[in-house]
Amino acid sequence: MQYTIFILLLPLLSFIILGLVDTKWKAKVAGTIGTLVLATIALLSYYTAFEYFTDPAYRVHEVYQQVIPLHTEWLRFTQYLSIELGILLDPISVMMLVVITTVSLMVHIYSLKYMEGETGFERYYAFLSLFTFSMLGLVVATNIFQMYIFWELVGVSSYLLIGFYYTKPSAVAASKKAFIVTRFADLGFLVGILILSFYTKTFDFKILNSLDKNVFASGMGATFMGGSVLSWALALIFIGGAGKSAMFPLHIWLPDAMEGPTPVSALIHAATMVVAGVYLVARLFPVYFTFTPEVLHGVAYVGAFTSLFAASIAIVQTDIKRVLAYSTISQIGFMMVALGVSGMGGQEGTGYMASMFHLFTHAMFKALLFLGAGSVIHAVHSNEMKDMGGLRKYLPITHVTFLVACLAIAGIPPFSGFFSKDEILAATFEFQPFLGAVMSLTAGLTAFYMFRLYYNIFWGKEYKVEHGHKPHESPFAMAFPLIFLAVVTFFAGWIPFGKFVSSDGAEYHIHLDAIVATVSVVIAVVAIVFARFLYRKENSAPDKMQAALPGLHRAATHRFYIDEVYLFITKKIIFAGVSTPIAWFDRHIIDGTMNGLATVTQWTSAKIKGFQSGQVQQYAYVFLLGTLVIAALVVFTLVY
Amino acid sequence: MGEIISNLSAGIIPMEAYLVLSLIMFFAGVYGFLTRKNLLMILISVELILNACDINFVVFNRYLYPGQMEGFFFTIFTIAIAACETAVAIAIIINIYRNLNNVDVENLNEMKE
Repeated sequence: MQYTIFILLLPLLSFIILGLVDTKWKAKVAGTIGTLVLATIALLSYYTAFEYFTDPAYRVHEVYQQVIPLHTEWLRFTQYLSIELGILLDPISVMMLVVITTVSLMVHIYSLKYMEGETGFERYYAFLSLFTFSMLGLVVATNIFQMYIFWELVGVSSYLLIGFYYTKPSAVAASKKAFIVTRFADLGFLVGILILSFYTKTFDFKILNSLDKNVFASGMGATFMGGSVLSWALALIFIGGAGKSAMFPLHIWLPDAMEGPTPVSALIHAATMVVAGVYLVARLFPVYFTFTPEVLHGVAYVGAFTSLFAASIAIVQTDIKRVLAYSTISQIGFMMVALGVSGMGGQEGTGYMASMFHLFTHAMFKALLFLGAGSVIHAVHSNEMKDMGGLRKYLPITHVTFLVACLAIAGIPPFSGFFSKDEILAATFEFQPFLGAVMSLTAGLTAFYMFRLYYNIFWGKEYKVEHGHKPHESPFAMAFPLIFLAVVTFFAGWIPFGKFVSSDGAEYHIHLDAIVATVSVVIAVVAIVFARFLYRKENSAPDKMQAALPGLHRAATHRFYIDEVYLFITKKIIFAGVSTPIAWFDRHIIDGTMNGLATVTQWTSAKIKGFQSGQVQQYAYVFLLGTLVIAALVVFTLVY
Repeated sequence: MGEIISNLSAGIIPMEAYLVLSLIMFFAGVYGFLTRKNLLMILISVELILNACDINFVVFNRYLYPGQMEGFFFTIFTIAIAACETAVAIAIIINIYRNLNNVDVENLNEMKE
């Protein structure tokens, strides 16, 4: 399994080469190199998955083992504290390898045509490779510190890619917002890591997940303000994950991140980076479940609230990428809820398995949705729904693949979304019926807003062809990923996921709960029919609905004013109350002292400048005085 | 004071008288060197200093070492060298005049940079 190191090294090498060469080679070469590297590592990932899941050597009593092909110490601080780097292969990391490389490969192929002719094409591919490397490093991390290193790298890559169009002020602002919000969450993450490692004396996942009581004894015993130190540490670690995964209230960066190119949104903000938080909780799941179940329940409630909150905003958005962004926030909420309500082992561990399954299927169909949206934007040169309509005639491939993805996300069988979402709903109902009802409602809203989006783009009013410029279907390089992802979305539901990924590594046969399945399908179908009624043909029903609840509609359109709250806190409280006095102190007192030193030096120097006047007679005079002094010393004190 | 006057009336000039003379000449030269603006006046002051030293040599030779003649010879040397040095100095002053069109010592301060 040593070859797995190449899955990480090849994109890093690609980043370095593409970054250094930049515009010296033709743009097509950069695109080809990037895509070929990704194709190679995708194939390597598939082979790794094949070998891992089929080779009986990696299983003990039918339980998948954690395999560590590579492990090295990088930086040693003291006898007990060192930073290690390594590759950890276990069911979820292998699954993530497959997901990341597949989606990244699709995005690379898609971008060959989508970003054709853009300035900075080579830079784009370099950053995509950097991102792929960082994300892959994150998922195969053997210890939490390595995961943190790659976590930050992923954040940087996201910043670079969101701000790709750096001449646009809105893109620059969005990239700054994304980086600062996630960095702020990472502060919690770091504090959590430090507390956890201080009490458990280790960073390593293998040791932490072994649930050895001795390791956790001191953490469980010590308390801080009512909760055990371990709960605080794990809650803080979750906050880090919540920032990256756009949970409320740290979700504000994700809609703005749509300023980046659409393939970037597909890769980073739909399929991979935003699931890093979910992955983190899944990675530490044994610790969460065994020692701090209350934090896990907190995770579930945060996820559920975020889900409903984001879905209600998505219903009224008019920018198609914003709808998809809020949809992503909502779906990640689903994944967090599933983890939060999960138990361990067998039937109890359904939530964990469902969360990972949903991660897999969601990555595929969300990437498909974003790439399809990119195809539409490419055709009509606008992001707004009002500029679209009736596009099914002009964009057949995009139409069909988009429809497949919408059906998947709505949870209609036999598409993949149905299977994963159904398991989540089953697990949630098992835990708490109220939470199950909330998630079912959110699922209904999901189906509604997705089909609102679908009908507004492809049906609705007829498309106004302006000055003979008919929208054209995308070229093959853009259509191929759509078709590929649509095929995966169609068939992925039939993968017996429990056979590969489950909470304790043992095989788990998924069985569908008939009641939950039927109820969820009925809700989805009702929502779709409702959307069809409202949006399929141009009519006044939506406007009448808006007129009926104007306040709610306005609040939802303004995203429930969360951004305004943040702006208020930063401008009025932090900038005015804290930053301004400190800036005053810095400018007047510290700079004043330095300037004062300089002024004194200058004044002194002006005074003694006279000694070097260049006047010979003055020099001779001083010489004479010196001689007289020495003579006086010799004569009167006899100093010889 | 009494011995000086009686020595004076006896026709013997005391050595101190010559030394006082050369002292006054020397410090007149020093004063002139330090205060005059014109380069030629500075040169004249240097001559004064040199001549004061010559007087010192001669006086010490005559009064303290009457039989030997080194002091006198050294004085002749010094006078000759003073003459050469004056020639060189005049050459420099002429060059300065050609560049600056005057011979004020206050203009000669570029070496400080």
